[in-house]
Amino acid sequence: MSRAHRGAEPRDAMSRVVVVGGGPAGMAAARAAAKAGVDVVLIDAGAKLGGQYHRQDSRAGTERFGLPPGVEHLAESVVWALEPVPGGHRVHLRTGPADAPGRTGRSIDTPALVLATGAYDQVLPFPGWELPGVYTAGAAQALAKGQGVRVGERVLLAGTGPFLLPVARSLLAVGAEVAAVLEAGNPARWLARPAGLLAGAGKLGELAGHTAALARHRVPYRTRSAVVAAHGTDRVEAVTTTRLRPDWTEVPGSRRRLDVDAVCIGYGFTPQLELAVAAGCALDGGFVTVDSAQQTSVPGVLAAGELTGIGGAELAAAEGEVAGASAARRLGARPAPPVRALRAVRRGRRFAAALAAAHPVRAGWHGRLREDTLICRCEEVRYGELRDAVREREAYGGRALKLVTRAGLGLCQGRICGRVVAELTGELTGEPGQSAAFARRPIAAPIRLGELAESPSAHREPGAGPPRVAE
Amino acid sequence: MKVRIEGREHEAVPGQTVAGVLLGAGMVSWRTTRGGGRPRGVFCGIGVCFDCLVVVNGIPDVRACQRLVRDGDDIRMQHGAELPS
Repeated sequence: MSRAHRGAEPRDAMSRVVVVGGGPAGMAAARAAAKAGVDVVLIDAGAKLGGQYHRQDSRAGTERFGLPPGVEHLAESVVWALEPVPGGHRVHLRTGPADAPGRTGRSIDTPALVLATGAYDQVLPFPGWELPGVYTAGAAQALAKGQGVRVGERVLLAGTGPFLLPVARSLLAVGAEVAAVLEAGNPARWLARPAGLLAGAGKLGELAGHTAALARHRVPYRTRSAVVAAHGTDRVEAVTTTRLRPDWTEVPGSRRRLDVDAVCIGYGFTPQLELAVAAGCALDGGFVTVDSAQQTSVPGVLAAGELTGIGGAELAAAEGEVAGASAARRLGARPAPPVRALRAVRRGRRFAAALAAAHPVRAGWHGRLREDTLICRCEEVRYGELRDAVREREAYGGRALKLVTRAGLGLCQGRICGRVVAELTGELTGEPGQSAAFARRPIAAPIRLGELAESPSAHREPGAGPPRVAE
Repeated sequence: MKVRIEGREHEAVPGQTVAGVLLGAGMVSWRTTRGGGRPRGVFCGIGVCFDCLVVVNGIPDVRACQRLVRDGDDIRMQHGAELPS
C-alpha cells in the first residue's frame, strides 16, 4: 500500500493552491495565485499545457506556455476523487500514461481548490451517428492541431455555434476538403443583441478571419441546415442533409445525399462537471454557480472557465485570474483586486449571453430520431427502448431510467448521452429532465482496480452506484 | 520509433497518440462493441466518450486518443469486453 494514500504528505498538506485543468482558465488561475506569492500545483491530463482551445502539436518538441516558478505542473495527471477534509479538500490523483496500470498515486490537501475542467462537445443523436467516421467537431480539431491528422478526405461539418468555423479551418490546414459547414441556427440573430456584439468585438475579428479562410477555399456555409442521417456499413460513406425551419423541424422535400468519408458534429458544449458535483457545488442550468470572486457554494472550492458557462477562452482566462487571486487569499495572501480581469469577466459574460441566445438548440431535432437510433452509444440503448421505459414503466428519474434502460451506465458514464436523455425524458414526461444527475460520478476519472485497491482513503458514497473502473 | 499494430510493424514519432498512429495507418475503427459487436473508433477525441478503446501491451480499455505511444508498444484491436492478458 503506497504511503501517499495514507493521507497527504507534509509538503502536500494544506500549503498550496490546487488547480485542476491546464486550459486558459487553469493557467490563468495558477499564474494569478503564484503572482500573489502562493505556491500552486496545476494538475492537467495533457502532456502539454493549453487545454482544448490552445491545443499544441504534441509531436513537436516545444512548449508554448510557461508557468512562473512556484507553480508545480503535473502533466499526464488525472484527479479521480475528491474528499472533504477539515479546512479543505483532499485531491486524489494519478500520474502516468493514460489508462495504464501502475501510475503514480498522490494525494494533496488544499484549502483552495480551483476547478477549471472545461467542457466537451455536445452531440445530438441521429440515425447512423455511431458509425466510425462520425466525430465530434472537437475530435477533428484535436486530431488536426494535436496530431496533424485529418479525420477524412472529404468532410462535412454540422451543428450550431461559431466553433464550427475554426474546426473547418483546421481541417483545411491539414489538407481535408470541407464539403460544407451546416449551421442549424440562423446567426443573423446576432444583430438583435447589440450589447453582446460590442462585448465580443475581439471575437468577431477572429470569426471574420475564419469566414475569409472558408471563402478562399470555396467552402459552402449553409444556415438552417443539418445532417439527418449517416450512411455506410462499417464506416461513413455518405450523409443525408436537410433544410430546417426555425424550430429545427425539417423543411419537407429538402433532403439531399452527399458523399463524404467523415462528418463532424458540434451543438455547443457540455461542462466537465464531475469534480464540481463530487465537491457538492451548487449548479444552475447545468453550470456551476459562482459569485464575483469565482467562489462556488462550497467554501474553498472555486470554479473558472466553461464550467461556469460557455464563453470562450478570453472569458475563461479572465475568470481564472479572478479565481487564482481568490484562492491565494484563502492561503493568507493579500493580492490587489484583479480589476481588469473582473471587468473582462463582466464583458465576457455579456458576450456569452449573446452567444447562447444566438445559438439555441431547438427541440425539432427529436423528430429525426427513429425507433432504432442509438441514444446511449456505450450501452447501445435505442430511442424506442428509452421512450418505452418512460411511457410504459414510468421510469422518470435519471437513476430509474439508467437502471431500466442502462442509458448512461456505460463506460462514458453518461458524459455523451446525459443531457440528451434528460432532454428527451423531459419531453416525454412534460417535466424538465435533470442532466446533472448524470454527472454524479464518485470515481471522476477511470482508474484500474489495482490502483483503487491501494487507495484506502478514497471516499465512496453509499448507494451512488458502482464505481466505473477499467478492467 | 516503432510500434506494432495487430502484429505488423509501423513507424511512429514521439508525441503521437495511439489514435494518431492508427488513423495515420488508415484505420477508422479498432474496437467492437460488447453488445452488438459493431465497429468503433475515435468519436470525441478528447478522452470523454471511451469509444476509441484499444488493447495496448495486453491491457484492454486504453483510450487511444489519450495514450501517447512508446517505442515497442504492441497495439491490438479490442473485441467486446476483454480481460487483461
